Amino acid sequence: MMTLGNIKSIVFIALVALLVPIFVQAEGLIVDQTFHGDKEIVVTFAGSVDKAVVENVKNYTVFEEPDPDIRLKMSSAILGVDGKSATLVFAEPLNTIETHVVSIEGLNGEEKTVFTVSKSYLGYLFGILISALLINNFVFTKYLGLCVFFGTSKKKETAKGMGVVFTLVTVASATMSWFFYNYILVPFDLNFLQIVVFIGLTSLTVQAVDTVLRKVNPVLFNSFGVFLVLVIANCVIIAVPLILANNHYNLFETLMLALGAGGGFLLALYLMSSVSERMQLADIPPTFKGLPISFIVAGQFAMAFLGFSGLQLF
Amino acid sequence: MANDKSSMQLISRGILSENPIFKLALSMCPAVGISTTVMNGVLLGIAVLFVQVFSSVTISIFKNMIHPRIRIPTYTLTIATWVTVIDLVLAAYMPEAYAKMGIFVKLIVAFAIITMRLEMFACKESVSDSFWDGLGMGLGFMVGMVVIGFFRELLGSGMILGHDVLGFKPLLFFILPSAGFFVVGLMMAFFNWIEIYYKRSKGLK
Repeated sequence: MMTLGNIKSIVFIALVALLVPIFVQAEGLIVDQTFHGDKEIVVTFAGSVDKAVVENVKNYTVFEEPDPDIRLKMSSAILGVDGKSATLVFAEPLNTIETHVVSIEGLNGEEKTVFTVSKSYLGYLFGILISALLINNFVFTKYLGLCVFFGTSKKKETAKGMGVVFTLVTVASATMSWFFYNYILVPFDLNFLQIVVFIGLTSLTVQAVDTVLRKVNPVLFNSFGVFLVLVIANCVIIAVPLILANNHYNLFETLMLALGAGGGFLLALYLMSSVSERMQLADIPPTFKGLPISFIVAGQFAMAFLGFSGLQLF
Repeated sequence: MANDKSSMQLISRGILSENPIFKLALSMCPAVGISTTVMNGVLLGIAVLFVQVFSSVTISIFKNMIHPRIRIPTYTLTIATWVTVIDLVLAAYMPEAYAKMGIFVKLIVAFAIITMRLEMFACKESVSDSFWDGLGMGLGFMVGMVVIGFFRELLGSGMILGHDVLGFKPLLFFILPSAGFFVVGLMMAFFNWIEIYYKRSKGLK
């Protein structure tokens, strides 16, 4: 039986495994390299370096890893006062999502020193999660899953149950869709079957969760079973596989997107149900009773969520 | 067709008394998401009409061969097939409009309205009746989308079908994505108001 302690240690090991590459990368002349703002790269050297070499822009070649032919233009390079760190300033904002390859000629007598700069992968994954959760919240900024959203946001209890069940099913079905997409649809060139395969997998997941839950934990089934039927009528659950296929996400990114989509739906439901519970006490004009007022409230939430656009944590 | 329902009645029911958007409050996602112009409404309406009519007819033809226990998966796969067809056709012949509608064409597969019509109508009635019912429901959806799109386009950018009719932009707010919620909410309230007013004038309460 899997206890909470077990789960904790597994999560810890996974996090360490993800972090290890960050420490391994540092080697040789270059100790550390990071993006600073969206126009600068900061490089830290192991020892003191020749100022004339470092500050000469002509010694650098910088490009994004996927396009080695497009050289990025640098406006200046400044060596810090300690003589060990340099700031490379670029003419145009960098696309910090991509890995950048920087090579310096003639540094400390060596013909060429090459290193790569990339955002911490963990930060990037977290960015996907935050984006799906808040910035591109599926309910309030992408307008998906509204039928189920308005149907189950009357009470907090229902909202929580629906949100949790939905998150679990989304994660399961997105993972399965990822395997199907990468190991069957892409190799056999069956991309046009996307919709049929994804909707089939989703129904299968819902049915499987239904059957397993009924046998394993009847108590849980009694409280959450009703929501399982509604999950399949929600467009978010089919939108997640379509988005991951469109963006060629890997497994970790897929998991983050699915978690963000489910969590975002849970968040939206919980917010909406809190308002709905209070609205029952309010004196609403008869013409606005029921759905119309729910739509107006959802519109106000949508405007509030617009405020998250441009949020960047890493 | 020994039935008391004529084709016209089936169509008008879909457009008026059982309008999918305003009366049944189903398939709200596109009604809020991409109803910014009349053209979007017409195009997505055509796509839904196509899927609804063809799935209704398909299910109606095979209704005696489908075992009741696997009917829902059958409906889903039938809809998914027709959605794939319209998705590929739109992507090939109308790439610009397709790009605007984005993921919503593919999401027709999850529209509650289509499954509901298959479950409630097409699996019991004759092929021709199912055809007219599907046509009515599809037209009802299209009318709803066009009406919302009309108001948002007129009030938001002062245009109709891309032609400048007002010469100024009354309320830019309506073209913003979140205004979809407000427009749909206000229109529902308006229909409620008509209903209440009508009942009162008849002295019904």
